[in-house]
Amino acid sequence: MNPLLLVGAGGVAGALGRHLVGTRLERDRADTLAVNVLGSVLLGALVATPIDESALLVVGTGFCGAFTTFSSFAFETVRLAELGHPRAAGLYASGTLLAALVGVTAGGAIAVVLW
Amino acid sequence: MSESHTLSRAEPLLLVAVGGFVGAVLRHAVSVSAPGLGVVEGAVVGTLAVNVLGSFALGVLLYEAHLADTLSAETRLVLGTGFLSSFTTYSTFAVQTSDLAPALAVGNVAANYALAFLAVVGGRLVARWLS
Repeated sequence: MNPLLLVGAGGVAGALGRHLVGTRLERDRADTLAVNVLGSVLLGALVATPIDESALLVVGTGFCGAFTTFSSFAFETVRLAELGHPRAAGLYASGTLLAALVGVTAGGAIAVVLW
Repeated sequence: MSESHTLSRAEPLLLVAVGGFVGAVLRHAVSVSAPGLGVVEGAVVGTLAVNVLGSFALGVLLYEAHLADTLSAETRLVLGTGFLSSFTTYSTFAVQTSDLAPALAVGNVAANYALAFLAVVGGRLVARWLS
């Protein structure tokens, strides 16, 4: 199957999933933090799992790539600093990074245990 | 009547889906065609490129909403929530960062963070200039 179609199909599911998390949580930044950390755990698990390339394109590049977002994260961080909360902006930026990196490692560890 | 009600509820999802498809496909195209820089592989450079470009465009889009508000909610949904949020990625950035040697990982975080934040500020300047 065409790799672009596989990535696009995963991208549709990822974007819809992120949109649904956003409408459920309805709190600025909590939804972005949640999708970015969850998506990092899942992608960390995927790259440590022996799956074929098509599955990696659908779930990894497509779904995880689209479910998580850097642009919303960057906008929210800049907006926090701009509204006079530079410490909250720093905490949000470093907290997201730390949680995502721990998430990648945890996802990888879970995959190793399962496989 | 119930049919049009279903359609109006489904419309935001359709807009997000269309934007999400195009964003993910375009991100993939950039990442496979990005050239590596010295010791940094092409995929890392591609992720940096989409994150910075997408942050700039989202900055223009969202500051335009604050300043002038001429775009429709549908346009913001398809371009912002759908396209740009799918075009950019945090999970790939995080996985690639954990795969890099420590010094390169620090450099990758610094480059993605600093350039994306500057891009948002650049987007605000453009939105102000447009409005």
